[in-house]
Amino acid sequence: MIVIEYLAYFLITVGALFLFLGALGIFRMPDLYTRIQAGTKASTLGAMSLILGVGLLGFVTFTPGYPWLIKTLVIVIFVAIANPLSSHALARGAYKDKLIPFSKEHIDAYEEADNNKEKEQKEDAK
Amino acid sequence: MTYFFIIIISIIALAAILAFVRFVKGPTAADRVVALDTISFMAIALMVLLGFVLERFIYIDVSLIYAVLGFVGVITIARYLEGGI
Amino acid sequence: MSSTLIVITLISLFFLIVAGIYAIVKKDLLQAVIATGLISLVLSILFFILQAPDVALTEAAIGIALSTIIFVLAIRNTKRFED
Repeated sequence: MIVIEYLAYFLITVGALFLFLGALGIFRMPDLYTRIQAGTKASTLGAMSLILGVGLLGFVTFTPGYPWLIKTLVIVIFVAIANPLSSHALARGAYKDKLIPFSKEHIDAYEEADNNKEKEQKEDAK
Repeated sequence: MTYFFIIIISIIALAAILAFVRFVKGPTAADRVVALDTISFMAIALMVLLGFVLERFIYIDVSLIYAVLGFVGVITIARYLEGGI
Repeated sequence: MSSTLIVITLISLFFLIVAGIYAIVKKDLLQAVIATGLISLVLSILFFILQAPDVALTEAAIGIALSTIIFVLAIRNTKRFED
C-alpha cells in the first residue's frame, strides 16, 4: 500500500509539472501550430497523470476505494480521446482558414498529399 | 491536508494564469481556442484534486462531464473556421 | 486550506471580469463566443468551490457545449466582422 501511495504522489507531481510546461509552451511559442503542438501534448500527459495519481491516492486512502479508481480511469480515457481529437480538428480548421505558419521555408506536406491524392484519383478514372 | 496539495494547486493556478495571458494577447481566434482548451483541462485536473482534498466523491462527476463534453465546442468552432459546418 | 480556496476564488473572479469585458468590447463575434465559453468554465469552477456540484454540472453541460453550438450556428447565418 505504501508503494502505491508514493507512486500516486510521484504521478501528481509529474502531472502538475507537465501542466505548467504546457501553459509555458502556449505562452512562449511564436505560432499557432507550435502552440497547439506544445500545449496539447504536454497538457494531455499532465492531466492524465494527475488524475490517475489522485485516483490511486483515493484508492489507498478511503475505505471503499475502488469507485475512485474506476471513475478516474473513465476520466483518463475520455481525456486521452478528446484532447488530441480537438487539437487535430483545430489545426485543420486553421490551415483551411489560410493561417500562415511562422517558418519562412515553404514546406507544405498537407498540400502535397492532397495533390498526390487528386493525381491518383485522376489516374484511377482513366 | 498537507502542504503538498497547496503547492500542486499553486502550480496549476500559475499555469492557468500563463494560459490566460495568451488568451488575452492571442491575435487570432484559433489561439484563443487553444488557450481555452488548455484552461479547461487544467480545470478538470483542479476539480479532481479538490474533490479528493474536500473528501467528496460526488465532486468527480463535474470533471467527468467536462471531459466528455469539453471537446464539442472546440470541434464546432474548428469546423466553422474550416467552412464545413 | 480555506486560504487556498480563497486564492483560487480570487483568480477565478479576475478571469471572469476580464473575459466579460472582453466579450462585450470585441467586435469579432466568434472571439466573443470563445470568451463566453471561458466565462462558463470559470463560473463552473466558482459554483464548485461554493459547494454546489449540481449547479456546476448543469453549467458545464449547457455552457460549454450547447450555447457554443447555438451561437456558432447563429454567426454562420449572419455575418462575422474579422479584426
